[in-house]
Amino acid sequence: MWNWLKTLYHRLGSPKWFYQITSKWLPWFVGSSLLLLGLGLVLGLAYAPMDYQQGNSFRIMYVHVPAAFLAQSVYMMMAVAGIVLLVWKMKMADVVAQALAPIGAIMTFISLVTGAIWGMPTWGTWWMWDARLTSMLILFFLYLGVMALREALSPQETAAKACALLAIVGVINIPIIKYSVDWWYTLHQPASIKLTEKPAMPASMYLPLLFMVLGFYALLGWSVLLRARAEVLRREAKSGWVRELLKDK
Amino acid sequence: MIKTPAKSTAALLTAHKLACERDERRLFNDLSFNLYAGELLQLEGPNGAGKTSLMRLLAGLLPFSEGEILWQGQNIDACREYFYQSILFIGHLAGIKAELSPLENLTWFAALEGIHDETLLEQALWQVGLAGYEDHPCHQLSAGQKRRAALARLTFTQRLVWLLDEPFTALDKNAVAAIENLLIAHSQAGGAVILTSHHALEALPNLKKLSLGEEL
Amino acid sequence: MNQAKHHKAAAFCRLTPKQVNSPSLAGVFVAALKREWQLQVRRKGDLINPLVFFALVVVLFPLGVSPTAEILAPVAPGVLWVAALLAVLMSLDALFRPDLQDGSLEQLLVCGYPVAPLSLAKVLVHWVLSCLPLVLLAPLLGIMLYLPWQAQGVLMLSLLLGSLALSLVGAIGAALTTGLGKSGVLMTLVVLPFYMPVLIFGTGAMQAAVNGQPVLAHLALLAALALAALALSPWAIAAALRIAVSGE
Repeated sequence: MWNWLKTLYHRLGSPKWFYQITSKWLPWFVGSSLLLLGLGLVLGLAYAPMDYQQGNSFRIMYVHVPAAFLAQSVYMMMAVAGIVLLVWKMKMADVVAQALAPIGAIMTFISLVTGAIWGMPTWGTWWMWDARLTSMLILFFLYLGVMALREALSPQETAAKACALLAIVGVINIPIIKYSVDWWYTLHQPASIKLTEKPAMPASMYLPLLFMVLGFYALLGWSVLLRARAEVLRREAKSGWVRELLKDK
Repeated sequence: MIKTPAKSTAALLTAHKLACERDERRLFNDLSFNLYAGELLQLEGPNGAGKTSLMRLLAGLLPFSEGEILWQGQNIDACREYFYQSILFIGHLAGIKAELSPLENLTWFAALEGIHDETLLEQALWQVGLAGYEDHPCHQLSAGQKRRAALARLTFTQRLVWLLDEPFTALDKNAVAAIENLLIAHSQAGGAVILTSHHALEALPNLKKLSLGEEL
Repeated sequence: MNQAKHHKAAAFCRLTPKQVNSPSLAGVFVAALKREWQLQVRRKGDLINPLVFFALVVVLFPLGVSPTAEILAPVAPGVLWVAALLAVLMSLDALFRPDLQDGSLEQLLVCGYPVAPLSLAKVLVHWVLSCLPLVLLAPLLGIMLYLPWQAQGVLMLSLLLGSLALSLVGAIGAALTTGLGKSGVLMTLVVLPFYMPVLIFGTGAMQAAVNGQPVLAHLALLAALALAALALSPWAIAAALRIAVSGE
């Protein structure tokens, strides 16, 4: 198992092999994300029972929660890719990190917007300085920082390493930011309005959520692969195998 | 005065099949050479051949994509600190602070080698013709004088291998000749030098040449 | 007087130092502190501009919000802290760029000693020369914003601790953007999210002081942040500098 992982890792370091193997993986991600998202949406929007407090508005959770999940885990993935790039100098890790950043930013944005839409019927306001909303907003700025840094720096190797370092510094700081924001929130807002204490959800409510979360992860895999494959072609445009590939088309 | 390595026949510095890529462009490939004590190695090649990149790569400022560098037979990854404390690198930009005087600039470089003897530093400045300028801030000096201030390090440094990227830029004829003498003295004392220059250095004993970028 | 004689004698002979002690890291660190001090003291503009910036931003608030004590006093802790935070950020912009441009940064990386402590020396000198004056100026601006007297001491203490953390964290951003000709907005974008915890604990301490609550816990948290930054950020700064130089 360990050896198999090691060979897989070494092979993934080669752009050509990455491009070839991912073309086989791609359909799986496409299929599973379509299936899971379809299932989750139909079950969640049509079949899950209404919430006794919030009525139908809670159903936005089926987009909000998975997006918030991804918003946080994509940053972790970026940092892991950054460590792989800086420690083992694997260039493909940067291709993946580059593909991840905008997706993470979009997911953070989606979770902020859906949070705001959800806030209107629940709290009666589009925005409030809730601890979770605030740290999500900061996370959004962290993503923008990484993307802006990559945009500004050249050559590409420098930008890659700088972004990797920034992502790692960010991951170390995220717990501190989260803790301080929680602390700030409790200091300023005596818990008058709190996101509803969730009663134990019935299976008909949480199963669709589970499908949606898994579906979002599959969607993430799909879009990262697409973006990474395009980036591999762009970076390797001068190499022989890409030229041959393009000749066939 | 300069500590010569135990085995004087062994190469001080060995480059083995080095390759360097910059901006997805391969500058050189499969580059190997040995540098022995007492040698002067001149890097040659047209502009853009990678001379400066090779210098920076040897100084540890640039990563290299393939190959290895050996210091006295040992991979430099195994003896980083010792290796970098044995080389002296002076690039295009010599690291002279415009706000500081030549003496203050030299004080820092001397402190890196554990020399705290101010009269020695004054002597060094006298040697390179900067007597009387010890306390002028460097932004008042001409380009050639700044270069002299930077090269004054060479008069007292105890480091074994010098990496000099275009050391003669902006220097007048007398200073060039004086630097050449300094290089000879260093190599005769058991040190070694790698340098890039468009000057003809054939007059120097023990000169070796390495051509870059010819196959392109 | 014998300058003329000196000028002719550009001989470039080898000199032999009387004694050479292979220097310890501590020795090199002290030498770096000394050199940075000499250097930064001579850049008068860089020392004064953040102070003026700090004062100007604070003055904007009475003009933009209201000059009455009832409105200014409650927001004074936040205004002072935000203005000081931005002033620290501004002052850091030119921390490493001149070094890259004149080759000193290269020399720092090839000197054979660990880069992290040497870059720490640079940040520490910067903190003493640029941030301590901000701390001293703050009470004056506090008076202008009707900050209660009992909060003045906490203002200085919290800025003292906070600005150390801000300098160290901001230096990472400065190092990352060193290679750019002008980095102002980008560095702000990269660094500000990391400043939020410091801001929260800093203003938290001051709110507590204004309300007459104990401030020790807040200050302890700030001190913890400063210490963590002291321990960790030099490594990130060193790595970022290496990356910046390899891109030249």
